[in-house]
Amino acid sequence: MKIEILGTGCAKCKALEEIAKQAMVQRGGFHTVEKVEDPIAIMEYGVMSTPGLVVDGAVKSSGKLLSLAEMLKILDE
Amino acid sequence: MWKETVDYLTVDLLGLTGRVNDAVNFFIYDTIKIWFLLITIIFVVSYLRTHFNTEYVRAYLQGKSLIFGNVLAALFGIITPFCSCSAVPLFLGFIQARIPIGVTFSFLISSPMNNEIAIALLFGIFGWKVTVIYIGFGLLVAVVGGYIIGKMNMEKYILLDVKPMDGELEMIQIKMTFQQRAREAWDYSKDIFTKIWIYVLIGVGIGAFIHGYIPAEFIASWAGAGNPFAVPIAVLMGIPMYSNAAGVMPLVEVLTSKGMMLGTALSFMMAVTALSLPEAMILKRIIHIRLIAIFFGIVGLGIICIGYIFNFIF
Repeated sequence: MKIEILGTGCAKCKALEEIAKQAMVQRGGFHTVEKVEDPIAIMEYGVMSTPGLVVDGAVKSSGKLLSLAEMLKILDE
Repeated sequence: MWKETVDYLTVDLLGLTGRVNDAVNFFIYDTIKIWFLLITIIFVVSYLRTHFNTEYVRAYLQGKSLIFGNVLAALFGIITPFCSCSAVPLFLGFIQARIPIGVTFSFLISSPMNNEIAIALLFGIFGWKVTVIYIGFGLLVAVVGGYIIGKMNMEKYILLDVKPMDGELEMIQIKMTFQQRAREAWDYSKDIFTKIWIYVLIGVGIGAFIHGYIPAEFIASWAGAGNPFAVPIAVLMGIPMYSNAAGVMPLVEVLTSKGMMLGTALSFMMAVTALSLPEAMILKRIIHIRLIAIFFGIVGLGIICIGYIFNFIF
């Protein structure tokens, strides 16, 4: 899976990136977690409230700091 | 009832009298009252918010006519959350959806000014009348300010080249159960409260000291009817205080009870919430400093006018 965290560098965006990494460690397997900071790239996903979560190119959540449990649930879908 | 409980606690149980009782009583009464209202109002607003997120607002505003769009954008500003770190994607996202720059600014002015923390504090401190006046004039500044900026042909000051999207956005329906919405609203309220309770405590603490120990003549001579420049000075002082709104507002209550005029207080509080330096710094990455200056200038002038009108009427 390719996980992207959309955010311009606010505290919540960094926290979400950490949670994504923890979720990856729990799940195991081969995944990448990437931080997208370019405003144009964020805009192209149609996300306006950061942090946003994109899994394999599809927007899964925006404007929310997910908990580890919520993150795992989204990744399981 | 709450007043009697606090009176019983400070007078009968602790045996306080005079100035010390004034200050301690005020401190306990105000802190707990404001905390309670903060949690309640933030919960209600964030529950409503689970129905409208920013992406929904954008889809709704797309293609609306000019003045109607300004009014709608200002109204949506009440309910949607605003964090200065979201200002950039929000601004670009609106432009991308071909929403006019003036409508975008109506939203950018209204959203931080009418945020749930400010509303809860105003309601807790000044009661519903001042809250309604604050929201009403806040909306007016947002609508008129956005409209004027829209008429000034400012598109050339957007520094990034945003490609307008084709076609219409789809309205995204958010599917959640009542429990999920309540859960999310509660998490959000808790999150905000843990961040600001200490500022309320400090603000009311300083306020309690002024309440008990600083004579009214002192404040009235600086911020009362005797000082014709009180309003613009209050606005300038409000600009750097954005992050401390929760602590500043309890202080304003004490200042008004000691003779600061209500219009001056209102201008000050609007400047605290609407003119935020961090937001300006962040927007500087995508829009020219000249447009930011015009944005601050128009909002600042609007707020100053409101202050003078108010001081004149009341």
